[in-house]
Amino acid sequence: MELSEHLFRRESGRLVAALTRIFGVHNLALAEDVVQDAFCRALEVWKVRGIPDNPSAWLMTVAKRRALDIVRRERTAHTFAPELSRVLESEWTLAPAVEEAFAGSTIRDEQLRMMFSCCDPRLPEEVQVALVLNILCGFGASEIASAFLTSRAAMEKRISRGKKSLASSRRLFDLADAEFAPRLSAVARALYLLFNEGYHGASPEAAVRIELCQEAIRLTMLLLDSPQTATPETQALAALMHLHAAKLPARIDSAGELNPLLEQDRTRWDARLIADGLALLDRSAEGSVVSAYHVEAAIAAVHATAHSVEETNWDAIVNLYDRLMGIAPSPIVALNRAIAIGQRDGPEKGLESIHAIADRDRLRRYPFYPAAIAELELRQGNLAAAEQYFSAAATLARSGAERRFLERRVREVSEAHRHHVAPTMH
Amino acid sequence: MSQFVYLYRMTDAARQEAMGTPERAQQNMQRWMAWMTDLDKKGHLKDRGQPLERSGKVVRGQQKTVTDGPFTEAKDLVGGFTLIEARDIDQAVDLSRGCPILEGGGSVEVRPIMKMDM
Repeated sequence: MELSEHLFRRESGRLVAALTRIFGVHNLALAEDVVQDAFCRALEVWKVRGIPDNPSAWLMTVAKRRALDIVRRERTAHTFAPELSRVLESEWTLAPAVEEAFAGSTIRDEQLRMMFSCCDPRLPEEVQVALVLNILCGFGASEIASAFLTSRAAMEKRISRGKKSLASSRRLFDLADAEFAPRLSAVARALYLLFNEGYHGASPEAAVRIELCQEAIRLTMLLLDSPQTATPETQALAALMHLHAAKLPARIDSAGELNPLLEQDRTRWDARLIADGLALLDRSAEGSVVSAYHVEAAIAAVHATAHSVEETNWDAIVNLYDRLMGIAPSPIVALNRAIAIGQRDGPEKGLESIHAIADRDRLRRYPFYPAAIAELELRQGNLAAAEQYFSAAATLARSGAERRFLERRVREVSEAHRHHVAPTMH
Repeated sequence: MSQFVYLYRMTDAARQEAMGTPERAQQNMQRWMAWMTDLDKKGHLKDRGQPLERSGKVVRGQQKTVTDGPFTEAKDLVGGFTLIEARDIDQAVDLSRGCPILEGGGSVEVRPIMKMDM
């Protein structure tokens, strides 16, 4: 019997959530110890007896027994979950309470409450994302640090800062709280950032990036699993993630090299994810609110359903970017709009739109700003300008993959420049 | 063929590190399973043995003093054992080289079982 990939990591998030229901969030570290202990026990026992038929159930049983032991032994000296204090006092109600904490629907709800608690707006967004990855996705500080290209010590500090704040809150966020709606937005935002870290992030390993995207999708689907959190906005967020994730096999190759949208081999896009994304986008249209996620998902849908760059409905994309500028304006959205205009109306119009971006000085450290200018200059036949802008872009690269990609463009253009022919358009 | 016991020894800190994250714990587990399966396939696995709890008691001396584990004087604890069949000690040592505990800073103590057919 083989263990499914990342089983321990996934189970970790579920078990910690269930145990926190019993122990209380101030005992989060105790819950984590119990889970770690279950993994150690699994290692010792499974290597002798083999992997059990249902490894998840085995781990859960060990965690349950341990939780019962701990509560029995320490309930006079310790306070556990304040919501359950009466129930845990009596032997009559203790075992059923522990049993209930590990029931499927409770584990789901407790994971949601944990997610909502991690995304406390009083915490900086990078702390929220780190907490989600650590507690709900079971990544260790060292693993998160390497995905974000920071030091392990810095990540440990970030996580422990978040956990201190969590522990001091005494109880997990209640989904019936008046603050539910704004907190749901904060959760969506953190999951969006998590997905983007996988999609655009710094990790040179394709596998790590894909895992981050998968985790963001898994947690978003957990939100869709519960009626209260399955809002049209969450559907749109899930649609957006599916439609982008579909491109991952073409976007990053096995060597970790980056292929921009216009150059991707579209036959490598994941048709299943596209179909799921389009279905989610359909369902997201039920409400009256059009969020930024709706518009971003709609843009991704236009790309995902076009067989080639030429067949893409650039007019629809420009219009959607116009809408996005109305809902969530940013210089990056404006830049993407300008690129779409360049595709629809030609490079000259594209350059005009780029130069008209109001707060474009905020893009001065963004490598794809000069890179976009370079592509348009190139299409106009201005090889010298293209080379200069690509070189500028390469110096701004934030990861090895970005740098290699942009340096490749510099080489291609300078080669063509020497031979006085324009390289094939990208 | 002779029989040998592998005693797996590891410090608490090394064990913590090897099992430090769920992903590392799972990989560690999969390496153990692969190694054991390999020994079994080649006919060297006599008995998979038993894991030992890391806590316990020590009874010592004529006074029969009982002390609690963890055993502070023994930094690396025996965490379990396996019974192996091999041609000789050299082969038994050779076979132990694949044990994942070595990657995590632990050790395998290879001890021949005394032959009693004299």
